[in-house]
Amino acid sequence: MSENVVILGAGSGIARAVAQRLAARGCRLLLCGRDADELERNAADLRVRHNASATAVPFDALDFDSHAPFWENCLQQCDGRINGVLLCFGTLPDQQQCQRETASLRHAFDVNLTAAASVLHPIAAHMESQKSGWLAVITSVAGDRGRQSNYVYGAAKAGLSTFLQGLRNRLQPSGVHVLTIKPGFVATSMTEGLLDPKSPLVASPDAVARDIDRAIRKRRNVLYTPWFWRGILLVIRSIPESIFKRLKL
Amino acid sequence: MTVNQQSLGGWGNCPREACSVSQPDSRAALRHKLHAGHTVIARGLGRSYGDSAISPNGLVLRQTRLNRMLSFDAGTGILECEAGVSFAEIIAAFLPRGWFLPTSPGTKFVTVGGAIASDVHGKNHHRVGSFGNFVREIELLLASGETVRCSPESRPDLFWATIGGMGLTGIILTATFELTRVPSAYCSVRYEKTRDLDHTLDRFVETDNDCEYSVAWIDCLASGRSLGRSVLMLGNGSQPDELPLANRTSPYALPERRTKTVPTWFPSRTLNPWTIRAFNEFYYRVPRRKSALVDFEKYFYPLDSLKHWNRMYGPRGFIQYQAWFPRSTSRRGLVELLERIVDSGRGSFLAVLKSCGAANPGLLSCLDHGHTLALDFANTGSDLRELTCELDRIVLEHGGRLYLAKDALTDAGTFAAMYPRLPEFQRIQQAVDPTGRFVSSQARRLQIIPVLCADSIADSARSERLVAAG
Ligand SMILES: Cc1cc2nc3c(=O)[nH]c(=O)nc-3n(C[C@H](O)[C@H](O)[C@H](O)COP(=O)(O)OP(=O)(O)OC[C@H]3O[C@@H](n4cnc5c(N)ncnc54)[C@H](O)[C@@H]3O)c2cc1C
Ligand SMILES: NC(=O)c1ccc[n+]([C@@H]2O[C@H](COP(=O)([O-])OP(=O)(O)OC[C@H]3O[C@@H](n4cnc5c(N)ncnc54)[C@H](OP(=O)(O)O)[C@@H]3O)[C@@H](O)[C@H]2O)c1
Repeated sequence: MSENVVILGAGSGIARAVAQRLAARGCRLLLCGRDADELERNAADLRVRHNASATAVPFDALDFDSHAPFWENCLQQCDGRINGVLLCFGTLPDQQQCQRETASLRHAFDVNLTAAASVLHPIAAHMESQKSGWLAVITSVAGDRGRQSNYVYGAAKAGLSTFLQGLRNRLQPSGVHVLTIKPGFVATSMTEGLLDPKSPLVASPDAVARDIDRAIRKRRNVLYTPWFWRGILLVIRSIPESIFKRLKL
Repeated sequence: MTVNQQSLGGWGNCPREACSVSQPDSRAALRHKLHAGHTVIARGLGRSYGDSAISPNGLVLRQTRLNRMLSFDAGTGILECEAGVSFAEIIAAFLPRGWFLPTSPGTKFVTVGGAIASDVHGKNHHRVGSFGNFVREIELLLASGETVRCSPESRPDLFWATIGGMGLTGIILTATFELTRVPSAYCSVRYEKTRDLDHTLDRFVETDNDCEYSVAWIDCLASGRSLGRSVLMLGNGSQPDELPLANRTSPYALPERRTKTVPTWFPSRTLNPWTIRAFNEFYYRVPRRKSALVDFEKYFYPLDSLKHWNRMYGPRGFIQYQAWFPRSTSRRGLVELLERIVDSGRGSFLAVLKSCGAANPGLLSCLDHGHTLALDFANTGSDLRELTCELDRIVLEHGGRLYLAKDALTDAGTFAAMYPRLPEFQRIQQAVDPTGRFVSSQARRLQIIPVLCADSIADSARSERLVAAG
């Protein structure tokens, strides 16, 4: 039977690449996000290429009050059965600006942490009662250790990773699976101009999507993608704080 | 937002220039970049050989993330998609359902936008003409930020300026065009050796009617009585019952094949006059079967199995020289061209001759009834330009043209003399882009757009606005 999957932040570069793979293996998709025209084009693409069922659904992560009714709307569109949710929305703030302005700082935490946590709760509650399903959420390797160059983003993503640990623990008895996705550098619009897309450390959205799709199917708990970031972060995490605080990272 | 600075060229890596590059992934982002400043030029997969998709002073806008397929009519085969969709993606999605491109260049790594902007052709030009013939409608983003739809019926002037217009009328957002039904993913191919150029041209005439696809590999080192001797490859789509039994149940399945990659450190001296001579001799002499069943991948895209093959020419790169001659003069033109190349002692690894059918109304489209010859030359600096100058003169004297998707070296005067409809193109281009916001290095070199120094005009227009705002 085909799975019904909801993608939050479906316009994201990584989300688009994962959606291709999910549609190719027969999933029915709800593409949720802010830019209705873009999402409609993405949905059309999945229908034309893969004969898949794909529908665009309006969703603004920062409209906290809408989260519960939004989820009800998704459930209605899927006749009450949603097998999986992929959460991709996020924002990479300017660290310097966050140090100067409270508004930027709040926005970074609101989008990356608070909104994600807020929308995940009604979803988790439903899956808990359904006693099945999976949640796959993108955080970041940046959350594994705070660095002066982007600790606001890192702290929000670390908060989300910790939130997911707890959620995984809570949902384990009901057979609901939670996947924490920690990408390294990915060539998407988020990083354009900041990363050299030709560098061997920078992955394509499709390479990351392949790992994510596999991790969902294999019910992994934590995914570092590409794989070598697990090693890099192991080293970075193991540096004693007394030394780390002196590094220019 | 900063953008990436990259050293960028065409497929020939000659010239390469430092360009600002951005790869928008939504319409909003694309519009934002269009208005962000400076001039812009669209880029697809960078398979044009020269400098048509680079611009050191402006912003190069890669279209490959605006690659959504929007609708497909399985009754008529009409596909609507964004211009960043590649031919490879179209084949992956539609060949299994029995549909193929109506015509295709020798690589599938081109975008729909690039195919329209260059009005590309394939091995069936003598039968169906170029890709523009199959385009029903284009959605174009103009310099003003407005989007317009144009077709052969509505705003035909803008439509036929954009078909073959090298991205200079605006950015193609979406296109609606026909796919063709094919009976299988295989061709029955006949190979014929010809003695000399006359024999080659005669065989084209004799086979044009009953062969869907035809192309001749020409031994460009043969001289004297053998000048123009070739191996002709004549193909027709195969019916499922012509396939081996094992393939009949899945006639659209392509055999699995591994691709190889040429590494960045490949020694470019491997391609030198001696190896090229040996290759040409070998290619002509090698005994081959008279006919064979060949799958589409291998028949249409033999070079695609060797990724980055352009690296074989090393960091200095190479050019492809593609000339077209009208029917009335093509024999004489080709003889002179080939003789001059034999004299120069520069062989071409691959030299391809094709017979051409009727032109379409595209104002800068290249081909018409006649023949087109394409050759590769390693970039050796000024003596290469000396040679191509002489070749240009021969082409011009015989009423021929150079193909813009390949051109990297010619000059504005020669170009204008080859394209008599240029003023018509310029009038239309001026009307939609008066300040010259769409500019490539090629457009600047060939002065394709009427303003001599488009960048400075766009720049001064911008500073005027700034003055007005301040
Ligand atoms: C191995 C090989 C074989 C080839 N064989 C053939 C052949 O047999 N026949 C043939 O005709 N050509 C052939 N070509 C050339 C190729 O088909 C053309 O150069 C084609 O335009 C490349 O498409 P692209 O997407 O890479 O475009 P690019 O090279 O990136 O751009 C080419 C032009 O298209 C414009 N452009 C791209 N996208 C858009 C857009 N969205 N809107 C407006 N303008 C746009 C650019 O501004 C530029 O002027 C061959 C090339 C190679 C490398
Ligand atoms: N790229 C990397 O190197 C990298 C590395 C590690 C982690 N990540 C994470 O990966 C995820 C996907 O990012 P990406 O690289 O694919 O970048 P992206 O293309 O910029 O995607 C970000 C997405 O978040 C959406 N979004 C932002 N605010 C929103 C809101 N209020 N409501 C709804 N959607 C909102 C955006 O939607 P709009 O289109 O409507 O703006 C956009 O689709 C993000 O969580 C990011 O933090 C990325």
